[in-house]
Amino acid sequence: MHNTGKRSRFLLTVTCFGLAFLYIPMIMLIIYSFNYSKLVPVWGGFSTRWYGVLFRSEEIWNSVALSLKIAVVNACFATLLGTLAGLALVRFGSFKGRTLFSGMITAPLVMPEVITGLSLLLLFITLGDMIGWPEKRGFTTITIAHITFSMAYVAIIIQSRLVGMSQDLEEAAEDLGAKPFRVMIDITMPLIAPGMLAGWLLAFTLSLDDLIIASFVSGPGAITMPMLIYSRVRLGLRPDINALATIIILTVAIGVILAGWIMLRQQKRRELELSMSSEED
Amino acid sequence: MINTGEINSPPVDSTSSFKTRLLHSLQHNWKSVVVFIPYFWLLLFFLAPFIIVLKISLAEPAIASPPFQPMTEWVDDGIIQIKLVFENFAYLWEDDLYFNTYLNSIKISSISTVICLLIGYPMAYAIVSASSSYKNILLMLIILPFWTSFLLRVYAWMGLLADQGTINSLLIFLGIIDDPIRLLYTPFAVYVGIVYTYLPFMILPLYANMEKLDTTLREAAADLGAKPSITFLTVTLPLTIPGIIAGSLLVFIPATGEFVIPDLLGGGNVLMIGRLLYNEFTANHDWPVASAVAIILLIVLVLPMMLYQHTQGKQVEG
Repeated sequence: MHNTGKRSRFLLTVTCFGLAFLYIPMIMLIIYSFNYSKLVPVWGGFSTRWYGVLFRSEEIWNSVALSLKIAVVNACFATLLGTLAGLALVRFGSFKGRTLFSGMITAPLVMPEVITGLSLLLLFITLGDMIGWPEKRGFTTITIAHITFSMAYVAIIIQSRLVGMSQDLEEAAEDLGAKPFRVMIDITMPLIAPGMLAGWLLAFTLSLDDLIIASFVSGPGAITMPMLIYSRVRLGLRPDINALATIIILTVAIGVILAGWIMLRQQKRRELELSMSSEED
Repeated sequence: MINTGEINSPPVDSTSSFKTRLLHSLQHNWKSVVVFIPYFWLLLFFLAPFIIVLKISLAEPAIASPPFQPMTEWVDDGIIQIKLVFENFAYLWEDDLYFNTYLNSIKISSISTVICLLIGYPMAYAIVSASSSYKNILLMLIILPFWTSFLLRVYAWMGLLADQGTINSLLIFLGIIDDPIRLLYTPFAVYVGIVYTYLPFMILPLYANMEKLDTTLREAAADLGAKPSITFLTVTLPLTIPGIIAGSLLVFIPATGEFVIPDLLGGGNVLMIGRLLYNEFTANHDWPVASAVAIILLIVLVLPMMLYQHTQGKQVEG
């Protein structure tokens, strides 16, 4: 007994240190966004001055708008393509070129971003020379690049959901005479809808977060939010970036906590229903 | 089971109108369509780009736009092609800068992976052992940074590590040091940045693996008189090896090609291959050498990547 006490104390200590390590930098970032001083780490009194600077900067809002536009279009296309890919991999058995297909689906997950970015840029340049498209690089090329890597994440989510799901309902529908296409639309799709939602959100965030691939495939005039932040912080600390970071971190935190809370409530309700129905038996 | 024979197209009545014909063929070929759309996308935007990178890495550099010799000149002539193969890759081999940078990248990402494992393993273990209400909160705390901007989290460390930053100010205030010590723009800062960024990638696969562990095995070992340390070494640790491999690869592979962290936290003092590739391409406009750097990086990482796909494939397919 003495040993387990010592062990759990060790685990608790490491966990606390680990969480502090993860969160203290972000908390300091938020605190310093309210610093009056232009020198970020030197405290000059509480102020919301840098939020004012941020809201007046047209450059920042243009980049935020571009990033959001890319993220939404990317999330929709990536969810569509990723869902189709996940369905094909789990439910279609073997088809011609399946190995190559599954390899191409998982490779973007582990591919270093510099390689993906470089290779897509060279593709766009080659295509531009050969067929005159894309004429200029910007919104379209960044979106295509983002779809290519985020659809892989969606496919993995859909795949794991389909694998963990029993095929009873689909088989019942087929036994009752439904055509496979109908089964797919009416039974399978609604069952994987939560996975599609999770995939959409992940694709959206991945796109908003990407700096390296966008830097490669972007052209003059198209500056995404991470590209703008990067070009500013490369030269040192910037109080207005702290303000922008605070807004982003708090928005994401509220979103994730809310989503987690809703999921937890649904899970509890399901457990309750399950225990009630088993009591009736 | 689903009949895969349907992928073959059925005979279509040629007299029927285009619309009904389309509907008809869609109903019979929908599976091919489902496969074809993402397949085509990946062939065009994932596989084709790699073939182009490979081609350009074999081309001769030129001061032109695009900055390499046209492909048609060498595609038809095998002899020239072989000579060109050696040129860009031999350049990488002869210049110590590239060799040392590859070595340095692998060293930094290996050490970071080990540090992530040493911190992440006990944390994952603690989360699995926690009661279910704490478990959900802890998991959310681990996942939350994953959803926030990676760039901003690296930027946050610039504020902590700067000469006038939080850590130096605190140490001076406590009287431990008199003058600020240099933390930012050192290899130390790069290690901190990588461990900080990739720690959740280590914890989550480990957690997923540990949660599925059969606890009765551990209890059986304890009942048979094994000390907790022996139980851990002979039962728990071997059973969590798949999680250790998955987590380590998820840290090691992206960390090796990392570009933002060495640039923002390492300044000009820490060379990593991702940064070198970016500079070669944007500053030097040497596309063939940049492509060759990418190809070598891919070769270095292909083994860990295949290992990861193998372990993942086993997990997904059950």
